[in-house]
Amino acid sequence: MGDTPPQADRQLEHRSFVSYIDKSREYYAAQGFTNPYRWAAFDDAPFTALSKPLADCNVAAITTSFLHHHDSAWGAPATGKVVYHHPVAEVPDAMFTDDLSWDKQATHTNDTESFLPLAALGALAADGVIGSVNGRFFGVPTEYSQRRTGLDAEQIAQWCIEDGVDIALLVPL
Amino acid sequence: MSLVARHLEAVGVTTLVVGSARDIVEEAGVPRFLFVDFPLGNPCGRPDDPTMQREIVSLALDVASKAFAPRTTVQAPQRWGSDEWRAAFMAVGDHNRDQLAADGEARRAHQAADR
Repeated sequence: MGDTPPQADRQLEHRSFVSYIDKSREYYAAQGFTNPYRWAAFDDAPFTALSKPLADCNVAAITTSFLHHHDSAWGAPATGKVVYHHPVAEVPDAMFTDDLSWDKQATHTNDTESFLPLAALGALAADGVIGSVNGRFFGVPTEYSQRRTGLDAEQIAQWCIEDGVDIALLVPL
Repeated sequence: MSLVARHLEAVGVTTLVVGSARDIVEEAGVPRFLFVDFPLGNPCGRPDDPTMQREIVSLALDVASKAFAPRTTVQAPQRWGSDEWRAAFMAVGDHNRDQLAADGEARRAHQAADR
């Protein structure tokens, strides 16, 4: 045994995973915003079991990133973004993520595969792990309004049903 | 995004969220969640690491196909490799308290001017 204990033996003073609800509340309180953001919270959750083998499934990716720049100010998500679909065969080299609240000190989003894994899905389809990658992926704005997000969800559901999507892989940044 | 997952699932599409904000996703209540304990921004694997990205996406699909009950969370085994980012993100302390208060004032003035 060396001086440094192995990771499995580490001991914690507090939970290791970050609470973003707590962090953001404290951060905005320090800015003088006294009315905390109210996050969605539900006791129940719906469940649809997969009805066919994974190798027969059509898989679609859903992202919170966007294709083009949108103006934003004061740390708020950009306005003017609307739910969209885009062919997976025409993946841009970069996606617009500047207005989203990811960790800009610790990492970057220059590699789109790190949050929109279309090449990884393509490789899994080529190897027969999944049936296919859906011909288009979908993008949804991160809205402060849960009502707006509900309308976006209805649009994406309609597109998924049109395309025969079996599995939706949702990747929020 | 969690609300989108809930809606899709309710209309019959199997969903899986891959994300790094564990508390936000779990409080919303999604059918299936692969938690990747990384700084926010790269839930599908470290940038420019296609091997890791494929491992994570492959695990996500396994969770999508094998979960048997809603609110299933699986934690991916991949590690970021450092932990400094946990305390540094949105940090509030004596070093920046005055600056944050000033930033908030400026933002409220901007919002008031926009109205």
